[in-house]
Amino acid sequence: MAVVTTPGTGTGARRLRRVAVPALFLIGGLSVPTVVTNVGAFEDRWFPLTTMVLCGIFVMFTLGLNIVVGYAGLLDLGYVAFFLFGAYTAGWLMSSFFFQIDPGIHIFDAAINPDSPGINLSFWIVVPIAAVVAAIAGVIIGAPTLRLKSDYLALVTLGFGEILPQAFRNGESIKGFNLSNGTKGIGPTNPLDMGWLSWTGVGKDAINVFDYKTRYYVIFALCVIFILISLRLRDGKLGRAWLAIREDELAASLMGVPLMRTKLWAYGVGAAAGGIGGAFYCVSLGGVQVDTFNFQFSVIVLCMVILGGMANVYGCILGAVILTWVNYTGMKEIGNSVNNTFGTEISVPKYQFLIFGIVLVLMMLFRRDGMLPAARQKHSREIDAQIEKIGTEGVA
Amino acid sequence: MSSMSQAVRGGGREWNATNVVGVALLGLIGLWILWNFIDSPTQVIQVAILGLCNGALYALIALGYTLVYGIIELINFAHGDLFMLGSVFSAMIISDWFGQETSNPTGWAVFALTFVAAMAFCAAINVSVDQLAYRRLRNAPKLAPLITAVGVSFIFQNVGIIWNGSAPKSQNAVLPGGSLEIGDVRVPWTYLFTVIITIPLLLLLTWIVQKTRQGKAMRATAQDPDAARLMGINTNRTIAFTFALGGAMAGAAAIMYLQNNGTTRYDAGFQLGLIAFTAAVLGGVGNLTGAVLGGLLIGLIQGLNDGAPHGLGQEWSQSVVFSILIALMVFRPSGILGSPTSEKV
Repeated sequence: MAVVTTPGTGTGARRLRRVAVPALFLIGGLSVPTVVTNVGAFEDRWFPLTTMVLCGIFVMFTLGLNIVVGYAGLLDLGYVAFFLFGAYTAGWLMSSFFFQIDPGIHIFDAAINPDSPGINLSFWIVVPIAAVVAAIAGVIIGAPTLRLKSDYLALVTLGFGEILPQAFRNGESIKGFNLSNGTKGIGPTNPLDMGWLSWTGVGKDAINVFDYKTRYYVIFALCVIFILISLRLRDGKLGRAWLAIREDELAASLMGVPLMRTKLWAYGVGAAAGGIGGAFYCVSLGGVQVDTFNFQFSVIVLCMVILGGMANVYGCILGAVILTWVNYTGMKEIGNSVNNTFGTEISVPKYQFLIFGIVLVLMMLFRRDGMLPAARQKHSREIDAQIEKIGTEGVA
Repeated sequence: MSSMSQAVRGGGREWNATNVVGVALLGLIGLWILWNFIDSPTQVIQVAILGLCNGALYALIALGYTLVYGIIELINFAHGDLFMLGSVFSAMIISDWFGQETSNPTGWAVFALTFVAAMAFCAAINVSVDQLAYRRLRNAPKLAPLITAVGVSFIFQNVGIIWNGSAPKSQNAVLPGGSLEIGDVRVPWTYLFTVIITIPLLLLLTWIVQKTRQGKAMRATAQDPDAARLMGINTNRTIAFTFALGGAMAGAAAIMYLQNNGTTRYDAGFQLGLIAFTAAVLGGVGNLTGAVLGGLLIGLIQGLNDGAPHGLGQEWSQSVVFSILIALMVFRPSGILGSPTSEKV
């Protein structure tokens, strides 16, 4: 590969952009809940906070998958596995599910009943635990796949993504022990606890069921942290090793990049984001249902990464926000306004997958690098279109 | 890793830990089948035969995956959904157009007609998708056609929802009902028909690929598209032909599935597609005989798991299939009959 400028070293305009983009993102992100206030008003119908919270969750997932697929170039079709582990970790550790433990363990929790049995930890303790559990799962899933070619890798991850939900669906009685409560799922979980923030006036011990504003700020903060991690990792030693592996595995290993360890790190870090997102998802909804975890989820998150722009953090955020919004609100509202304007009776959500599929195909045909292509990607494409190719077939 | 692939290439087998564990696993599965067989031989034979008949369907679908993968290295995610569209199409012709609901000579004639129509229908759709979408992505990075296939799969599923409704619809079989009884073992006639129809189709396909000019072009293109083009082969037409063959197989599988199961549902293609692709990989993707063998094996294992006295039961069916897939990837990534395909590590 020829000379590729590292993002960020450049002329004044470039440096300005480097400051302006994150600043705009922060200001925009923080002001969302203050704009969307009037229930039933235009902005509430089109941009409800419930959807905005989901956007945040999907941004988390997308950034995590971006590390695996975008940075390291390992095609993962079973990202749902990490989402599942995160959500169930929160379900286990933040509810009375393990009623065998009586009196229950309570650590800074916001359980409605302070004497409830089971493990009741604070959300803020569960988050790192969920991240670690998911990361370990990521390494375990990643380990047998490391030496496989990209398509086979996709298949094995897909296999795990199918096996795990089925195992949890059937995990009602493992030798008499109820691990996952089967199709009924785990719930209700304890509310999100913000007691430690009470000195600022923001937090309450337990946030209200309808308090989507606080939920939004929490997931926004988590996302910002992970965005910073993503950006730092990309420019650091590990990130450069990932990119090297993505571009040409053989060359990377000859240059002394430890393939196994570097790939496992990608799986671990990517999975950790899935775990955090999953834990938040579970707590935000107040429970976990096994039907949430299906192949469609993995594919949709992958589409967010690709439509937004692989390996570009801001592209991924954009992709996640737009697709989540379209999925949960946009399609319905556009349908409503079309029907109201033309007096038709078209049920637009019925055509959701059709539209989604057509958009995917068109994007692949006409704008393959996504909405915001990574600078490095665009550059390398200009030099040689083939370098971008994922896998080791490379410049064969 | 390299040691293993060398061992495979060189023919001689090196006894490292991976090999030992792999062989031990195979031995355990053998013991498990034996245990089941000793406990209730009739039941095992019964479920094994039913499993093999299902396996014939998997084999037909797996062929579509393996043909396409063999020639352009694309996991055609939309293939399972193409199969689903084929089954809805067949049901439409048989029930809605001709109103056939019972097994009689007219019904059989309609069946024969629909059989050909379904094959043509699926082949036509597969070729048009290839020409409209995948064709433009021949030189793109591998992820691009894969995502396109996912998009096409979404489109097909949505068409299925609109066409068939979001709930499963039950359909009548026009092939003779009842079953063949050999001792205590009962095999439904429709299952037997599936096998009877599958075998000539497979022979035909093998003949096309091995003996005809077009088949030679296919094999050449699979080996090296550039060299094939230099030799005057119209690679684009050859790839389109491959898609047509795969689509036709899916169409045949679709109508047989309809006769066996008697339902059409928009999400039928997803699970079956995954299983069939596992079958293709099991046999060694790109290898026709391997796909058939893989399909039969998966059907057999699934049948035993679902119905044998010591099986895990139907609720674990999918997990068993994918565990096999993962174990295979770890111990023998090239599949049963494939050539080594490991990463250069």
